[in-house]
Amino acid sequence: MNAEWRRQVGGVFRLELKKTFLSRRGWWIYCLAAGPFAIVLFHWLIELQRARGAPGFHGRHSLGDDSIAFAGIFLLYYLRAGIFFGCMGIFGNLFRGEMLEKTLHYYFLTPLRREVVVAGKYLAGLAVALVLWEASVAGSFLLIGRHFGPAWTEYLRHGPGLSQLGSYMLVTALACIGYGAVFLMCGILFKNPFLSAAVVWVWEGINPFLPSILKKISVIFYLKSLCPVEVPVPPPFNVMVTETDPSPFWVTVPGLLAVAFILLFYSGISARNTEISYSE
Amino acid sequence: MNPAAQTETSLVTFTNVSRFYGEVLGINNVSLSIPPGITSLVGPNGSGKTTLMNLMTGLIRPTQGEIRVLGIPPDRPEQLCRVIGYCAQFDAFPKGITGYQFLYSFLRMHGYTDAECDRRTRASLELVGLTAAAGRPVAAYSKGMRQRVKLAQATAHDPRVIVLDEPLNGLDPLARSEAIAIFRQWGAEGRHVIVSSHILHEVDQISDQVILLSQGYVVAEGQIQGVRSEVKEQPMQIQVRCDRPALLASRLFQQDHVVEAKLSPDGRGLLLRTRDADGFYLLLNRVILESGLEVEQVAPADDDVNSVYQYLIGGGEGSTV
Repeated sequence: MNAEWRRQVGGVFRLELKKTFLSRRGWWIYCLAAGPFAIVLFHWLIELQRARGAPGFHGRHSLGDDSIAFAGIFLLYYLRAGIFFGCMGIFGNLFRGEMLEKTLHYYFLTPLRREVVVAGKYLAGLAVALVLWEASVAGSFLLIGRHFGPAWTEYLRHGPGLSQLGSYMLVTALACIGYGAVFLMCGILFKNPFLSAAVVWVWEGINPFLPSILKKISVIFYLKSLCPVEVPVPPPFNVMVTETDPSPFWVTVPGLLAVAFILLFYSGISARNTEISYSE
Repeated sequence: MNPAAQTETSLVTFTNVSRFYGEVLGINNVSLSIPPGITSLVGPNGSGKTTLMNLMTGLIRPTQGEIRVLGIPPDRPEQLCRVIGYCAQFDAFPKGITGYQFLYSFLRMHGYTDAECDRRTRASLELVGLTAAAGRPVAAYSKGMRQRVKLAQATAHDPRVIVLDEPLNGLDPLARSEAIAIFRQWGAEGRHVIVSSHILHEVDQISDQVILLSQGYVVAEGQIQGVRSEVKEQPMQIQVRCDRPALLASRLFQQDHVVEAKLSPDGRGLLLRTRDADGFYLLLNRVILESGLEVEQVAPADDDVNSVYQYLIGGGEGSTV
């Protein structure tokens, strides 16, 4: 990448970051990210209160229970709702939001290849999504067993804690990369990207109940394969779930990155043909 | 480079260009060649002025036909936007951005270094008189200030083709005259300055050539006097100021081509309408020689944009704002 090109992408990135990060329009996304952290914080404070009343008491559950509880929060909240809708809000608006605010021509009147505009916007959206969700996931994970005191520290340092945290962080990053690419493309292709997002959400939601072959046509299947702790499906849903072997790491990570790249490439081509027609 | 190619790289050309919005006509079968200087696009609302500008800046694509801006097709923004600047009618700006940031970010996306972006931003803001307001959010600017910052954006990268859609809208009289002076300067420097405006007397002041549009078609193009002389069905109006206008009027009425002659109330002027301006000038010379008529002034009275507009397009919406 030559210096001029770097400056151009940097120009788009900085402007987008300024508009997207801590913008008033995105308040609900920050709430989505802060929500689980606030609940876990509340849980910690309650357990601390209990421990003060009865020294040596570490709650009515075990450290393993907290680990499974976090896996449940991660799968059911972060992946299926928080990161999904957060990415929809961030990436879906990168182009569609500009169309609605009638500002897209600002970029289209610069000597930037449209693919570069797509790349700059995507990188800015990704930076915001990663900061929000990685911080939320890491904060929640580190806090969920904090009330166990030294046992939790031991779990993190010498047990599987840090490895689990690393896996959750990786899955979070891949989710942002994958869903980000999907919603950026939806924002370019569709007048109402949220309709297409709803379709994707339903598809991802019914994933556990789909036959093996269809399961693999989703982002959530691959992300779930990388999660370090399996979440048991409660009855009566467990009888409807079809078991499928998880995808191996060496397929999942490069595969998701490749799919994201293909979607971005297609978004770049679509952006090349995008016209400024604010009134339509 | 051969002469034909050299010519092409100095012109903005449209070849059989049409643009439809679904079934609605934007422009139809337009062929144009716009040379350097100030060119005004004139026409009522919906005549296709903005469509033409959006096409040449690559914001929309033609349904058919070919466009070249100094030889560059508009679907190559990486080349086109280095030579073209567009002050669009869209009155929207990225959220939360100041006037300085608006220009700086735009220049940054052109690939300039930090120092160069800063220098150009400051120079452009000074040119449009917004230095003091540079740190304020654009959203807090008045309509006139927003118009000025858009003008600065269109020219901050020193383009050879400057496209201005209704650039005088919202400007106060002083700012208007300053803007017109800047357009003239750019035109004199050999740039293409393509302006659309409803304000016909201002178009008349600044234009080297005009393009008249109506309902998506180019009705006429060229220098305004040339366009006027092509309108044969409307007799030319000529104003004469002399010591004996009645004598001149009596001689004129012996000619077939003179349609009408009106004496002015002060008794020293004559407004006549003729189908043969050249014939009139020959006759006037003869009358001067034969009768010693003292002529103060002879001037065409309807070779301005307004008159040509009225003749070709009519007095529809937006004709004489």
